[in-house]
Amino acid sequence: MAETGVWGALAEFGTPGALLEASRRVRTAGYRHFDAHSPFPVHGLERAMGLKRSPVPLFVLVLGLGGAAGGMLLQWWVSTTAYPLVVSGKPLFSWQAFVPVMFECGVLGGALGAVAGFLALCRLPRHHHPLFASAAFERMSDDRFFLSIEARDERFDRESTLRLLSELGSSRVELIESGGD
Amino acid sequence: MAVAEIPRDPRAGVIPDVDPVEYRPSLVTGNPGFHGVTEAVARPVEWQPPIGWYAVLAVSLSMLGLFGVAIAWLMWEGVGIWGNQVPVAWGWPIVNFVFWVGIGHAGTLISAVLFLVRQRWRTSINRAAEAMTLFAVACALTFPGIHTGRPWLDYWMMPVPNQMAMWPQFRSPLMWDVFAVSIYGLVSLLFWYLGLIPDLATMRDRAKSRARQLAYGLFALGWRGSARHWLHYERSYLLLAGLATPLVLSVHSVVSFDFAVSQLPGWHTTIFPPYFVAGAIFSGLAMVITLMVVCRVAFRLEHLVTLLHFDRMAKLILATGSMVGLAYATEFFIAWYSGNQYELFAFLNRASGPYAWAYWIMVSCNVLSPQLFWWKRARTSIPILFAVSILVNIGMWFERFVIVITSQHRDFLPSMWDYFVPTFWDVATLLGSFGLFFTLFTLFVRFVPMVAMSELKGVLPEAHAHGVGPDAHPGRLAGAGHG
Repeated sequence: MAETGVWGALAEFGTPGALLEASRRVRTAGYRHFDAHSPFPVHGLERAMGLKRSPVPLFVLVLGLGGAAGGMLLQWWVSTTAYPLVVSGKPLFSWQAFVPVMFECGVLGGALGAVAGFLALCRLPRHHHPLFASAAFERMSDDRFFLSIEARDERFDRESTLRLLSELGSSRVELIESGGD
Repeated sequence: MAVAEIPRDPRAGVIPDVDPVEYRPSLVTGNPGFHGVTEAVARPVEWQPPIGWYAVLAVSLSMLGLFGVAIAWLMWEGVGIWGNQVPVAWGWPIVNFVFWVGIGHAGTLISAVLFLVRQRWRTSINRAAEAMTLFAVACALTFPGIHTGRPWLDYWMMPVPNQMAMWPQFRSPLMWDVFAVSIYGLVSLLFWYLGLIPDLATMRDRAKSRARQLAYGLFALGWRGSARHWLHYERSYLLLAGLATPLVLSVHSVVSFDFAVSQLPGWHTTIFPPYFVAGAIFSGLAMVITLMVVCRVAFRLEHLVTLLHFDRMAKLILATGSMVGLAYATEFFIAWYSGNQYELFAFLNRASGPYAWAYWIMVSCNVLSPQLFWWKRARTSIPILFAVSILVNIGMWFERFVIVITSQHRDFLPSMWDYFVPTFWDVATLLGSFGLFFTLFTLFVRFVPMVAMSELKGVLPEAHAHGVGPDAHPGRLAGAGHG
C-alpha cells in the first residue's frame, strides 16, 4: 500500500550487531524492498537480508576473455594483414611473441569489467537519492548504521512499519519523503 | 574468552594491544572506535595543513619546475643534451624509468597480494601505497615518452591507423612494455579509485563548504553504503586484486624482457624476470616506509600506522632484499658456469671495472643494509627504518645504473670502450622526476583520505557483529555491539 510523497522509512542503529539483528527481523516480517547502510561491509548482512551472490565475476570473465581475444586478434591482423613484415625469419603469425600483449589486454578487460559491473549492478553513479535528504543519514559513512524500508514494499504502512523499526531497538526512526524522485 | 587467556607479548609496548576477537595483535592502538578513525583520517584533509606541508610543496614544485625546464630544453635541443652516446645508448632515462616502475610495484603488492593472502595489517597503509604506485608509474611513463627524442610522435607506439599506414612491431619487448606499463597504470588507477569511493562518501558527508560537497560528492558517485553496494563492491575489489596480482608480476617481467631478450652479455639472462620483480617489490616497500615514517608523524596517525606495520614491512624488505642478493650471486655463478668468456668478462668488469664503485654501493645498500632487520629492535626503530629505506632507495637506483650502464660501456671491440658520464641535464631530469612524484604525493595527502577508513573500521574489534561478548576485555568494550 504505497503512499504518495513518501519514499520510505529510515531507522538508525548504533552497532553492526543491532543492524544485523534488525535486518533479520525485518526480513522475517515479510519485507522485501529494504536495505541496510553501514560505513563498512558488515559480514553476515547479505545472509540476514537474503541477498544473492554478486554477479560481478561474470562481467570480469566476459570482458577479460574478450580483452584477451581482442588483443590477440589485433596483433594477428596487424602482423599478417595490415603490415606484414618478416622478422628474424619467423612466420607472420608468430603467436608466441604475442602472448604478453594478449595477457595485458585480458587483464585490462577484466579490470574494466570489474568496475563496470560494480557500477552497473549498484546503479551508480546516482548523485540524487531521497535518503540524502535525511540529516542523520550523513553519519552512515562515519559510525552509524541504518536500515531503510521503501514505501513501494507491499507491506509498507506508515504506522506499523515505523512501529516495527522502533521495536527493533532503533534510536531514531524517520519518514523519508520522495522529493519528486 | 577470558582476559587471562589473551597472550601478552613479553615486550609489550613494542607490539601493541591484543584484539579480543581475532586473538592477534591489534592493528590499531588505543581503540579509537569508528568515529575516532574517521576523525583521525579526515583531519589532514579538512584542517589547515601544517606549515611543513607548504614547505614540502614548495620544494617539490620547484623540482617539478626543473623537470619542466629539462624537458623543454630536451625538446628544443634534442637527446644530445644527455650523456647517452654509443656504446651507452641507453643512459639515465632508462635507468630512471626502471627505477620508477620498480617503486610503483609495492603499492599493488600491498593492496592486492596482501589482500588475497588475508594480511589485514595492509589496511592502514594500502591507500598511501597505491597512491605512491600511481605517482611512480606517472614518473616512469614520462621517461620512455621523452627519451624517444620526438615526444610528439609517441602515438606511433599505439596501434592506431595513421597516414603512413604503419603499424607497431608486436614481436618487440619494447612494444610489450608500452602495453604492460600503461595498462598497469590504468588498472592501478581503477583499483585505487574503487577503494576510495566509500571514503570519498565520508568526505562528502562531512563537507561543510559547497565546493567540497560538490567535489567529493561528484567522485563519491552517490555511494549510500548499502548492503547491496557493499556486496558488489567487495566482489569487484577481490576480483581486481586477483587481476592485479598476475599483472604486477607480469609488468616488471616485461620490463626485464627489454634487457633479457637482447643479445648483450649482462642483459641476456633468464634470471631477469624474477630478479626484477623481487627488486621492484623491495624498492617499492622501501619507498612506502620512507613516506609513511614522515606522514604518520606529520599528520598524527601514529595509532593507525603502528610499529606493527613497520615490523611487517621490514620483514618483507629483508626477504626481498635477500632474494635480490641471491640473484646477484646467481648471476656470477652462471657467468662462470656458462663458460662464456663474454658473459664472465661482463660480470668481472661490473665488480672490478671502472664502475666497481657503483656495483659495491648497490651491494652494500641492497644486500647488507637490510640484514639489520633480522633484529626486532631494528624493525621497530623509526630512525633505523628510515635510514635503511633511504639506503635501499639509493641502492635500487644504482642497481639499474649498474645493469644499464656497465653492460653497455665495454662493447665487444675494445676500440668501442667508453666511460659514461651523466650531464647536468641528466641529473636535472632525475631530480625533476622526484619533483613530480613528491608534488603529486603532497597534494594527495592534502585532498584525499590517506588511510582507507572503511576498511580500517572493518578490522576494529567492534566491527564484528557477533564477536564482542560480555566476557571480553572490558576496557575495549566502550560502544561495542551486542548480538
